[in-house]
Amino acid sequence: MKLTLKIWREGGEFGSGKFETHQLDNVTEHMSFLEMLDVLNEDLVQQKKTPVAFEHDCREGICGTCSMVIDGHPHGPQAKTTTCQLHMRKFKDGDTITIEPFRASAFPVIKDLVVDRSSFDRIIQAGGFVSINTGQAQDANAIPIEKDTASAAFDAATCIGCGACVAACPNASAMLFTSAKVSHLAMLPQGQVEAKKRAQNMVAQMDKEGFGMCSNIGLCEAECPKGISVENIARMNAEYLSGAFSS
Amino acid sequence: MSIKLNSNIPSGPLADKWTQYRSTMNLVAPNNKRRIEVIVVGTGLAGASAASTLGELGYNVKCFTFHDSPRRAHSIAAQGGINAAKNYQNDGDSVYRLFYDTIKGGDYRSRESNVYRLAEVSRNIIDQAVAQGVPFAREYGGLLANRSFGGVQVSRTFYARGQTGQQLLIGAYQSLSRQISLGNVQMYNRHEMLDLVKVDGKARGIITRNLLTGEIERHAAHCVVLATGGYGNVYYLSTNAMQSAAWRAVRRGALMANPCYCQIHPTCIPVSGDYQSKLTLMSESLRNDGRVWVPAKQEDAKAIREGKKTALDIPEGDRDYYLERRYPAFGNLVPRDVASRAAKVACDEGLGVAPTGLAVFLDFAAAIERYGKSEAISSGIKNPSKEKITELGTAVVEAKYGNLFEMYEKITGENPYKTPMKIYPAIHYTMGGLWVDYNLETNVPGLFALGEANFSDHGANRLGASALMQGLADGYFVIPYTIGQFLSGEIRTPNIDPNSPEFAEAENAVKERLNKLVSVKGDQSVESFHRRLGKIMWDYCGMSRNADGLKSALKMVRELREEYYKDVFVPGTADEFNPELEKATRVADFMELGETMIMDALNRNESCGGHFREEYQTEGGEAKRDDENYAYVAAWEYNSWEEGPIMHKEELVFENVELKTRSYK
Repeated sequence: MKLTLKIWREGGEFGSGKFETHQLDNVTEHMSFLEMLDVLNEDLVQQKKTPVAFEHDCREGICGTCSMVIDGHPHGPQAKTTTCQLHMRKFKDGDTITIEPFRASAFPVIKDLVVDRSSFDRIIQAGGFVSINTGQAQDANAIPIEKDTASAAFDAATCIGCGACVAACPNASAMLFTSAKVSHLAMLPQGQVEAKKRAQNMVAQMDKEGFGMCSNIGLCEAECPKGISVENIARMNAEYLSGAFSS
Repeated sequence: MSIKLNSNIPSGPLADKWTQYRSTMNLVAPNNKRRIEVIVVGTGLAGASAASTLGELGYNVKCFTFHDSPRRAHSIAAQGGINAAKNYQNDGDSVYRLFYDTIKGGDYRSRESNVYRLAEVSRNIIDQAVAQGVPFAREYGGLLANRSFGGVQVSRTFYARGQTGQQLLIGAYQSLSRQISLGNVQMYNRHEMLDLVKVDGKARGIITRNLLTGEIERHAAHCVVLATGGYGNVYYLSTNAMQSAAWRAVRRGALMANPCYCQIHPTCIPVSGDYQSKLTLMSESLRNDGRVWVPAKQEDAKAIREGKKTALDIPEGDRDYYLERRYPAFGNLVPRDVASRAAKVACDEGLGVAPTGLAVFLDFAAAIERYGKSEAISSGIKNPSKEKITELGTAVVEAKYGNLFEMYEKITGENPYKTPMKIYPAIHYTMGGLWVDYNLETNVPGLFALGEANFSDHGANRLGASALMQGLADGYFVIPYTIGQFLSGEIRTPNIDPNSPEFAEAENAVKERLNKLVSVKGDQSVESFHRRLGKIMWDYCGMSRNADGLKSALKMVRELREEYYKDVFVPGTADEFNPELEKATRVADFMELGETMIMDALNRNESCGGHFREEYQTEGGEAKRDDENYAYVAAWEYNSWEEGPIMHKEELVFENVELKTRSYK
C-alpha cells in the first residue's frame, strides 16, 4: 500500500520542531508500524538524509520503549497495543498518518520522536519497592495469597512504564502509572507494610516532576497498551488519604 | 601468550562445595566496602540483581545501561517461567534432579560444580522474588502454581502468566531503584560501554559513550562486572535485542567460550517478509498443551502453502504429530534443540505449511476439548454440546495463555483459538559467552561476567525457564559472595585514577573506532550489512552446519567485514545523539563475533545440543557427540584477523554424572 507520513522532526537541523512529509510506496500489511518506519529510514539513509529518531527495543510489546502518538493516539488507533505490535493491516492504502512524540512537560523531547521519561524512574525510586535486602526472604509459600488478589496485583503490575497514560491525558498526569505501582504492592501482604508511606512519597515525587493533576477523564485507561484500570487511581487515593490522616 | 584456564572449582563433595566454599571465602569488612568501587554494566536480571545486592552490601556501585531506563533490559521479554527445585508439587524434584536435568539438557558440555550451585540457589530466588512482590501464579489455596517445561518430567517452573521475565525484572528494578534512592548505586542511563580498561592486567574501568550527547567518558573502579546479555543478534533476525558489550571485553583479552552454542527456539512466529526486523517467541509453555504437527502428505502441505486448504481440512489420520511419534517419552515437551531440528526436518521434507515453506502447526484443539470436558464435569453440566465444550475449554486456554494468543493474533492476523498457530524455529539464546571460573571471574582479574553474558551453566543447550534462574542466581546469590575473593585483595588499593595512560589509550581507541565508522561515508546502510551478516550466519552456522558450508561462510563474513569498512554509510557525527552510529559499532562487533562463532563451529567436529554438524549424526538423525575428543570448553582469545583467534581448552571433568547418549525417546 501507499502511505503519506507526516512526522514530527525536532532537534539538530530541525530546530524547535516541525512536521515533515514523506511518501512510502512499498508498505505491506504484514509489517509492524516500526518496520514501516525502518523502511522509511532505510530510504532516508540511501538519500544521505538524517533518519527519523524513534525509540524501540524488544519489539514484542513488553519493554515499554516505543513511544509515539499516531493519528492522535499514543501507540496508535488499535486498543491495548503498543506501537511495535501495531501492524499495517490496521491502515488503508492511501492513508495519511500523523506521527508525533509523546507530549508532556515532564517528558521533554530529545530528538524527533524520542522523549526523556526518566521522571518515571525517579517516581519509582521515591518508594515503588518493598524494602527488603537479598537473602532476607522467608519461604515463598509461607504466606498464602488469595488467587484473585494475586491476579489483581498482577493486573496492576503489568504496567510497562511507557508513558502513554501521560501522553493521553489532557493534564499530562502520571496518576495511572504511579497508582499502578502503588496498587500492585499495596494489594500484596509483602508490600502492605509500607503502603501508606509509599503512596505519600511517590505522589510527592510525581508532583515535583511537573506532571498534572487527575481530573477523572479516563483517557489514560483507554489508551493504556496494557489496559491498566483507573481503579488503581482510586486505590492510590485511598492509601494516600489514609496515610495523610495517620501521619 | 600462554593462558592457563583454572576453573577454581572448590574441593569436596559436589553437594557441599558451595556451602563449604562460601563459609571459608575471604570477606571484605564493611568499612572497606564503603571505599571500594564496583562497575556493573547491564541492568537485566543479572545486572540489576547484582547492582542492587552489591549496593545493599555497602559497595559503591556504578551501574550502566544503554537504555533510557534500567527497566527496558531485554530480560523483560522472557515469557514462560523460572525453574526452581522447590518440589512444591511433591513430584520427586530435588536439587540433584534439577542439576542432572540441566547437565543432560546441556548435552554434557557444562561444568558440574557451577550447575549444581545454580540448582541449589534456585530455591532462594523464588523466596526473594515473592518477598519483593513478584505476583507469581497461584492456586486457589493461595500457594504458588507450577508448570512443566521441555526436557524435564517434573513441574518446577514458576510463572507469572506469559510475562515472567517482566515481573522478575520489575522486581529487580525496584530493588535497584531502592539502592539508587539510598545513594548506594549511581545509575547511568543511556550510556553504552565501548571499551574495557585494564591497568596492570586487572580490569579497572570502562569507557562509555553518552548516547544523548556523544560524549566519551572514563569510569574507574576496583573491578568490573559485565551483565550484558548474549549475542543472538549476530543473526539479525532473532528474539533478542541488540547489544555486544561483552565482545568489547574480548578485544581486551577476555576469552570467548563456546561461541558456536546458539539456541534455536522451536516456537517462534515465522518470518513473513524481507522487511522483518524481529522474531517473536511463542512461549515454550505452550508446548504443555499445544500439539506440534505437519500434514503427513506433501500434497496437503502444498495445498496449505498455496492457500487452497487450511489446517482444519486435514483429517486426523493425515496428520503427523512428529514429536509424539519420534519421542514418545517426552512428546511435545522435548528440549528445544531436539524440537527445532525436528521442525527443520519436516520442512526440508516439503511438509512446511507457510507460503515460505518454513512453518509447522502448533495446535490447541485437543487441549481445548480436554479442558472443556473437565470444566463441564466440574461445573455439573451433563451431556454438554460440542459448542459448550469448546466454549469452556477456550476459556481455560485463554486464562493460561491469553496474552500469548493475543500477541499472535496481532502479529499474524489469525485467531489461534480457531486455527492452529504456525511456528518455526528462531535464534533465541546464546549458551556461549565470556569464559568464567567458579567465581564468575573471567581470565582477566577483576572482570566478572554474569547471566547470558557468561558461558558457564547451560552447556550446548539451555533448558526452558533456566535463563531467568541463572541470571538471578548469578546476580543475587553468587557474585555478592565471590566478588569478595577478588576485592579482599584490593582493600589497600586507592581509588583508581581515570587519568592514567591506560584510560587515555582506551579513550583514544574508542574515538578512533567511532571516527573510522563515521568517515567511511559509503553507500550502504548499517542495517543492510547486518541483514546480510545474519543471512550468512543463519544459512551456514544456524540449525545445522557442515564443514564446507562453514568454510565458505568464513570467507563470506571476512569479505563482508572488509566491504563494511569501505562502503558503510553512517549519517551524522560522533558528537551527537546518533542511533545509526550506535548500531554501526555493534554490527562491527557482530562481524568479528560471527567469524569467531564459525571458527568454533568448524573446530567442534561433533554434534551436541544446539550445535548440529551434519557429518556427525546417528542413523536416526540425532546429534552424535564425541566425548573422547570434545568434552572440553573451547575458549577463544582475540588476535589479529590475519592470524585468527587462538583457542584455549578447559577439559570438562565429570565426577558425578555418567556421560550418556541423550535420549528423549
